Amino acid sequence: MSAAQWRRAMNGGLAAAQRPRPAAPRAVPMPAPAEEPYADSDAPRWLKYLWRTLSARHVFVMAFVLVFPLVATPFFTFQVAAQSLVLGLIALSLAFLAGYGGMVSLAQMTVAGIAGYGIAVLGFSSSPEISLRWPWWVAVPAAIAVAVLCATLIGWLSVRTEGIYTIMITLAIGVAFYYLVLQNYSVFNGFQGLRELKPPTVFGIDWRAPVPFYYLSLACAMAGYFLVRYIVRAPFGIALQGVRDNPRRMEALGFHVVAHRVAAYALSGLLAAVGGVLLAWYNALMTPGSVGTGWMINILVIAVLGGVKHPIGAFLGAIVFVLLQTFAIDVIDRERFNLVIGLVFLAIVLFSPDGLLGLWAKLRSRFGPNQVLTSTQRRHP
Amino acid sequence: MNVSKRLWIRTALGAAAAAALAGGAWAQGQPVKIGLLATLEGPFAAGGADGMRGAELAVIQRGGTVAGRKIEIIKASSDAKPDVAVNATRKLVEQDKVDIMVGPLSGGEGIAVKDYSKTQPQVTFINGGSGAQATTLVNPSPNFFRFNTEGGQWMVGLGKAALDKGYKRVMIIAEDYAFPYSQVQGFMAEYCRLGGKVPEKAWVPLGGKDYSSVIAKIPKDVDALLVVLGGADAVNFLTQYENAGGDKPMLGGSITVSQDVLNYKGKRRDSLVGTLSAGPYADSFDGAEWKAFVADYQKNFPVSKGGFPSPSLFAYVYYVNMKAALDGLAAVNGDLSGNQAKYREALSKMVLKTPNGDVRLDANRQAIGTTFVTEVVKDSKGDLTTKVVRKVDNVEQTLGIPPAQFKIGSRDEPSCP
Amino acid sequence: MSRSRLAAWILIGGPIAVFSIWALFDNTRLYLVTLLNGLTLASLYFIVASGFTLVFGLMRNVNLAHGSLYLLGGYVGYVVAGWTGWWILALAAGFLAAALAGLLMQWGILRHMQGQDLRQTMVTIGLSIVVADILLWIFTGQVYQLEAPEWLQGPIREIPLIRAYGAFRLSLLGFGIVIGLFLWWLLARTRVGMMIRAGVDDRAMLAAAGVNVNLVFAVTFALGAGLAGFGGVIGAVELSMVPGEDIRLLLASLIVVIVGGMGSVVGAAIGAIILGLSETYGLAYAPTYSVVFTFVILILVLAFRPRGIMGKAA
Repeated sequence: MSAAQWRRAMNGGLAAAQRPRPAAPRAVPMPAPAEEPYADSDAPRWLKYLWRTLSARHVFVMAFVLVFPLVATPFFTFQVAAQSLVLGLIALSLAFLAGYGGMVSLAQMTVAGIAGYGIAVLGFSSSPEISLRWPWWVAVPAAIAVAVLCATLIGWLSVRTEGIYTIMITLAIGVAFYYLVLQNYSVFNGFQGLRELKPPTVFGIDWRAPVPFYYLSLACAMAGYFLVRYIVRAPFGIALQGVRDNPRRMEALGFHVVAHRVAAYALSGLLAAVGGVLLAWYNALMTPGSVGTGWMINILVIAVLGGVKHPIGAFLGAIVFVLLQTFAIDVIDRERFNLVIGLVFLAIVLFSPDGLLGLWAKLRSRFGPNQVLTSTQRRHP
Repeated sequence: MNVSKRLWIRTALGAAAAAALAGGAWAQGQPVKIGLLATLEGPFAAGGADGMRGAELAVIQRGGTVAGRKIEIIKASSDAKPDVAVNATRKLVEQDKVDIMVGPLSGGEGIAVKDYSKTQPQVTFINGGSGAQATTLVNPSPNFFRFNTEGGQWMVGLGKAALDKGYKRVMIIAEDYAFPYSQVQGFMAEYCRLGGKVPEKAWVPLGGKDYSSVIAKIPKDVDALLVVLGGADAVNFLTQYENAGGDKPMLGGSITVSQDVLNYKGKRRDSLVGTLSAGPYADSFDGAEWKAFVADYQKNFPVSKGGFPSPSLFAYVYYVNMKAALDGLAAVNGDLSGNQAKYREALSKMVLKTPNGDVRLDANRQAIGTTFVTEVVKDSKGDLTTKVVRKVDNVEQTLGIPPAQFKIGSRDEPSCP
Repeated sequence: MSRSRLAAWILIGGPIAVFSIWALFDNTRLYLVTLLNGLTLASLYFIVASGFTLVFGLMRNVNLAHGSLYLLGGYVGYVVAGWTGWWILALAAGFLAAALAGLLMQWGILRHMQGQDLRQTMVTIGLSIVVADILLWIFTGQVYQLEAPEWLQGPIREIPLIRAYGAFRLSLLGFGIVIGLFLWWLLARTRVGMMIRAGVDDRAMLAAAGVNVNLVFAVTFALGAGLAGFGGVIGAVELSMVPGEDIRLLLASLIVVIVGGMGSVVGAAIGAIILGLSETYGLAYAPTYSVVFTFVILILVLAFRPRGIMGKAA
């Protein structure tokens, strides 16, 4: 008897419908388990999972993002949408660490920068005396590997103390990297940075053109998103959340707390590294300014803006940030852009620590019909 | 609640936003759109604001129209970071669909915008204030024009003036990035050739405020210090140097003794009198056109409205570049057709009349212009200003060195200990 | 002394001793001037960082707006000095302005988030962005250099070996020592200090003992912020006021506190000395990588003593 059949036997059927149901507690009533029309069929498990979880909204969003570049201008596709996806991916790495690992690391942009500088140094750039000109299918994985290694090191340095130290230490490490790339000319070309970083032409497509680049970023962003969604439900992710909530208890239960945290850093480093490569290709350059304190804090702002408890929050925050950044000058004095961003960030942290997603959830629970389920909880256990 | 309802709202908002902003190409109509980019955020903000004032002055002088077409200026801001500058430029070019682009302000941004200009052949890019050598010397772009002389050219003549004053050994104190490299090269190319010696160069990390160690390293036998630091750092250095008992005369870079520093609200300014420096203009040059330019600036942007007492370096270079853009338009009668081919040819061949003389472009579309060697004096009102010592015309980007041997300035290049 | 400790002392002290002997022979004046430069810079860092560590030690709040408070104090001091012409008044004004701002921050915002360390830190990040931009708006990016008082201006001449040294710079050392003694007296000899120390050890117990913990927190935060403002006025004379200094001083405070140990004023002193000396010696003898060198020290401390030199063991 399969699990589904057993469940049906216990919960479904005429007898169950006639049995009086206990009054749902006023706090959080879970909806009845969804129907499983294909529970009996021989379809593979992942397909049944898809049938269970997919609904109209998922299909709609997928269709929207896939069709979007075909209706929007190249500028909008490239500067707004693709940039949001790339920044969102880097912010996702921070959101994963902060929301599920409980560690706020300001060094995610640094890891992204390491990957970006990696492909500049290992691949092709405007400084022939520095770049090693490895082909892209060697340079890109190598750069990502180096960045993940550095992320692991950063994690190891940061996690052996209390949680609150992490912000300080990662900020200091990030600034150290900034000064390193600023002062060193033999590898990083100092203040000028490395320019003319182009994605390779693969399968005859120039991946720097707006539409192909958008699809490339979309693919990477979606991969990152689903990776995070998968990991947080896997044993590792659950253990990580346990470490976030009560490290002492986890230690007592036999979990190696430091190892879990460092592994989380490595994983988020992978996400940030991919984002960093994409960012380098988007900007077509890598300068110290790209990894300075300004951008380190911007990534934090993006992650918090959207809400760190759900992976989609990072992308939401990125869209809002990029829209503000691009069009603020048309609406307000561009000089005061930082003030606006700071105030928005402050407002979010003060009134809605869960970011825009949390705000949305609160509004829905306030004004929507009597449903107490928040958007940040999954529908299925 | 219906989950799809939430979805609909999201999609509707998204679609509306996309539709609103996915506007097609602007009709080519009467007004000519010029994008203006300067750094309005961060440490160069004051300079960027003045640069915009200079550009606006050029527009005001033409009454807001050129060749019968109205001039429409669309502003953008950056914070001296190349990626932000490219983003801002991209918005102006691809979203606002400007015909001509004037900017950016800082050297690193200029190189990044030059790279971007190669991907947008339908728009003409004219520099704003950026003064990096590599912009036009290394992989120049066919539609990027620079009508202002750059950092190295700004120092030509200072070497000879320093030797004339008897400074045979000079120590260099400069910030560790591209622009000071070019300034030092502009100085040393002439200075070393005429027999001067530079025994020590102190490259200070960008943003460092503590010069005590550098001051401690000043050898006893140098005659003068060439200080190529930006506004804040120069003031800081001078204070610390005096407090440490230093008394050697100073030579200034082009942005060291600029209006920002001469303007600053402290009493340290008195120690600056007598300093030699060089740059593309001089406050008290008595040329008629220059005086008219200064008067025009002061009339349109009085101090009460936020202008400086006298136009700064950024105001001047932005003015020159915007004037070039407009003069070129007037020369072709506003005809930007055919991928702006006629316009670009007019720009390449133009002899631009600036308040400081004529400017021509070389083969890389880099300006060949005039440099002034100046000395700091106090004027009748007690403000600090500069007096012209020498005027050098037809300064080329290669600084008199054969182009084949020319190497862009760096920490160790050139060198004559 | 245990063997590992001895090994650590030799490993670290050895190269320093070798370098010092070489440098003394090479250029005595440079070495001694740099030593003084480092100690005076360390005094400034100590003044600013002590406020930071005080706030963290008691309230476990990483106040990342500390740099903005420094900037605020400096600008207010500059303005007051311009009005009245008295530098002492400027010092007091800078201290009070920053203390007031800190008090507002603690009373108005942070008090309501007791226990949520991360959220408090993010609030301070947001506040630092906002305050920095407002200050940029009011004062623009221009340079502001505060004049030292008449009796501290200019060089002190006729010092053996180093010939001359800035009077104001030397006075920084005096300020640092005075503030250090004041903090020691406050923490060790007064009731408030006793409460602060008790709160650092066990907040709950302090509340249970009947002390108004919120008041103690507010006073501490105000004091910490005031120290930043005080440092700002001093820095405005020595280093000049410009946007960007807030991040620099914040980073310096972070490094000082990480290296020296959180919540320990003695640790802040040690960390400040290490940072000040490494920065100035780096600038004098190896300017290209001086800043990176500073961070390498930080990373080494983090790798081997994550809690800092004087930090309490886990």
